[in-house]
Amino acid sequence: MREIVMISGKGGTGKTCITAAFAHLADNAMVCDLDVDAPDLHMLLAPVVEEEHAFRSGHEAVINQERCTKCGVCAELCRFGAVREDQGKYAIDSLRCEGCKVCVHFCPEQAVDFVEKHCGLWFASIMRFGPMIHARLFPGEETSGRLVALLKKEARLRAKALGLSLILCDGTPGIGCPVISSLSGANLAVVVTEPTPSGRHDLERVADLCRHFRIPVAVIVNKFDLNPDNSRAIEAYCLENGHAALGMLPYDEEVTRAMVQAKCITECPTSTFGNDLREIWKKIMAHHVGYLPL
Amino acid sequence: MIFAVASGKGGTGKTTVITSLAAIWEGPVTLVDLDVEEPNLHLFLKPKVMRETAAMLEVPVHDSDKCNLCGECAMFCQYKALAIMGKTMLFYPEMCPGCGGCLKICPEGALSPGGREIGRIAEGQTEFGRFFMGRLRVGEAMSPPLMQQVKQRVVAQGSHAEMPGGIEGCVPDDVLIDAPPGVSCPAMHAVMDADAIVLVTEPTPFGLYDFRLAVEAFSIMHKPMGAVVNRDGIGDQGVEEYCRESGIPIWARIPNSLAVAQAYSRGEIVARKLPELNGIFQELKKRMRAAVTVSREVERA
Amino acid sequence: MKMKRIAVSSEGPRLDDMVDPRFGRVAGFVIVDPAGDASSYIDNGASQVMAQGAGIQAAQNLAGAGVELVISGFVGPKAFQALSAAGIQIIQYVEGVTVEQAVERFKRGELTVADAPNSQAHEGTGRGHGHRNGQGRGQGARR
Repeated sequence: MREIVMISGKGGTGKTCITAAFAHLADNAMVCDLDVDAPDLHMLLAPVVEEEHAFRSGHEAVINQERCTKCGVCAELCRFGAVREDQGKYAIDSLRCEGCKVCVHFCPEQAVDFVEKHCGLWFASIMRFGPMIHARLFPGEETSGRLVALLKKEARLRAKALGLSLILCDGTPGIGCPVISSLSGANLAVVVTEPTPSGRHDLERVADLCRHFRIPVAVIVNKFDLNPDNSRAIEAYCLENGHAALGMLPYDEEVTRAMVQAKCITECPTSTFGNDLREIWKKIMAHHVGYLPL
Repeated sequence: MIFAVASGKGGTGKTTVITSLAAIWEGPVTLVDLDVEEPNLHLFLKPKVMRETAAMLEVPVHDSDKCNLCGECAMFCQYKALAIMGKTMLFYPEMCPGCGGCLKICPEGALSPGGREIGRIAEGQTEFGRFFMGRLRVGEAMSPPLMQQVKQRVVAQGSHAEMPGGIEGCVPDDVLIDAPPGVSCPAMHAVMDADAIVLVTEPTPFGLYDFRLAVEAFSIMHKPMGAVVNRDGIGDQGVEEYCRESGIPIWARIPNSLAVAQAYSRGEIVARKLPELNGIFQELKKRMRAAVTVSREVERA
Repeated sequence: MKMKRIAVSSEGPRLDDMVDPRFGRVAGFVIVDPAGDASSYIDNGASQVMAQGAGIQAAQNLAGAGVELVISGFVGPKAFQALSAAGIQIIQYVEGVTVEQAVERFKRGELTVADAPNSQAHEGTGRGHGHRNGQGRGQGARR
């Protein structure tokens, strides 16, 4: 099975708009939104939720006020500054709690409970191009590598059951834990970047990460005309480092107009952007699984 | 005053806003890049880095002579950073957030505190004031501890009375924090110690969706918050309507322009390159300050 | 050749279930006894749902069950290290066959014991750990 993950390093490069367009162009694909922090893909693909599941992950400490004798041992031991004292009363700041269980274990009164965290919801849905797996974390919930892993697992399971040949994932930005989970098991990472200092900088970081995980990297430079010199430099960087340069896309306000209408850019009447994107998609699909698109 | 510049999603113009604010700020302003996974500010501010140090995390060091393989530590560890396999004790440092539980729990005293590098902290000077940046090691997952250490460095260097641990009575420079995008744990960490939050968004459906998530997430901290609408004019009215309904003031609107995007792509500071935008950032700064002043008065009353 | 107690990562509890190439997050392991063809099953559900360290937990479960050899598809570096520390041998790259076929292939000497992990760190933990020696399957860059 082919598994493509779209990533970007920095946000705002147009990754999600391009992923949505690929979802439109793809045949027999399972689409999976792994950008659990800012899941935007559903706004363009308008999935109808068929299944809704709770996502629980990890534990957090909660002080039982009745049993608490206000000895302060928990506050003393917590390395994360998560135990707050307010007028002699102790409470856990769940934003800071890392779920390490130290306070639970060492409380002399066993007054700290260790409860499972309900962190969000995940969905199996159907949209106009096919099935889709996506999720929503509750605000302020920790970016979760495990949720990303769970979504991928569900996507693979269902894709297999449906006899689909492609999983197309909108990956997480950044280079931390969730993006690593996004990449796990993928056979191609498509990096959408832009010709800005941040775009270039983050491309290199994210490409290093892919190399680390031995995943081939293919690069799309979006809004290339903002800075043609930088764009050419990115292309040269790709060639030097063994990444595929898939193509360049222009700065096109048509993309925003499509977004406002909740459409994929390729669904709109012929735009340069849409046409170039079709060419890029052909290149991606022409490559052998696990190798770089030529 | 400490201001965090945040956004529900990346690429909305956070860097444009923070660098432009730095350029128009009266007097020195301390710039802190807490977007430790993707620190970008330095690319625009070009600081002179005076000191670069390793950010260390306290992790256990195992003494096999003292260890009797009882397994208490491995049983306790919530992160599976410790495991007893056969007659070997295994430690996976990258999974350890340094909670210290195993050090305390070991009945044989076979675990002692050691350190491991999770990233680097750069300290320096820009033309606008002091500069701090955390940079996470590639593939590392421990953002919050690194961010914590960067904050501590800001405090130590500036005796910043308003940060936890600061020195009373010292009038510090204002601080602008570049927070990571999103509403995850690291993003919350970055804005936690700020006096006010500046939320940068775009007037598009994506922008609105992520903006709402950010407003919901940050609201629980009860800090003054205001919006900056970047690329004003593209997209639709959704963000404006949502702000009106939810009582989030719009502190600035930055018009959509190719010139802004191009200046950014060249690594230039937008407010400096395009003086016609100066007024917008001046006004933004005024409103940011006013919001903090008002909220402090309310608190006092 | 002396037979070992073998654990095969599997999609189900029976000998005719398919090998699941995942190690840490597999549903369970079919254990094949050294004496005859008697088999049992170790449920791996508890490891599957862990936020992190699934591979290490699975390795601990297998060590506790007296397993001497693991047959799976991809074993990550942390789990590899854990299994090796417990003296458990590892066979990788097995998928697309039933548990029974996998064991038969091993008995016929068609499978070789690995000396390094062939999979990277999975979800939740960041940096991969341990040495990689280029055993990835078909992922080499081609230009």
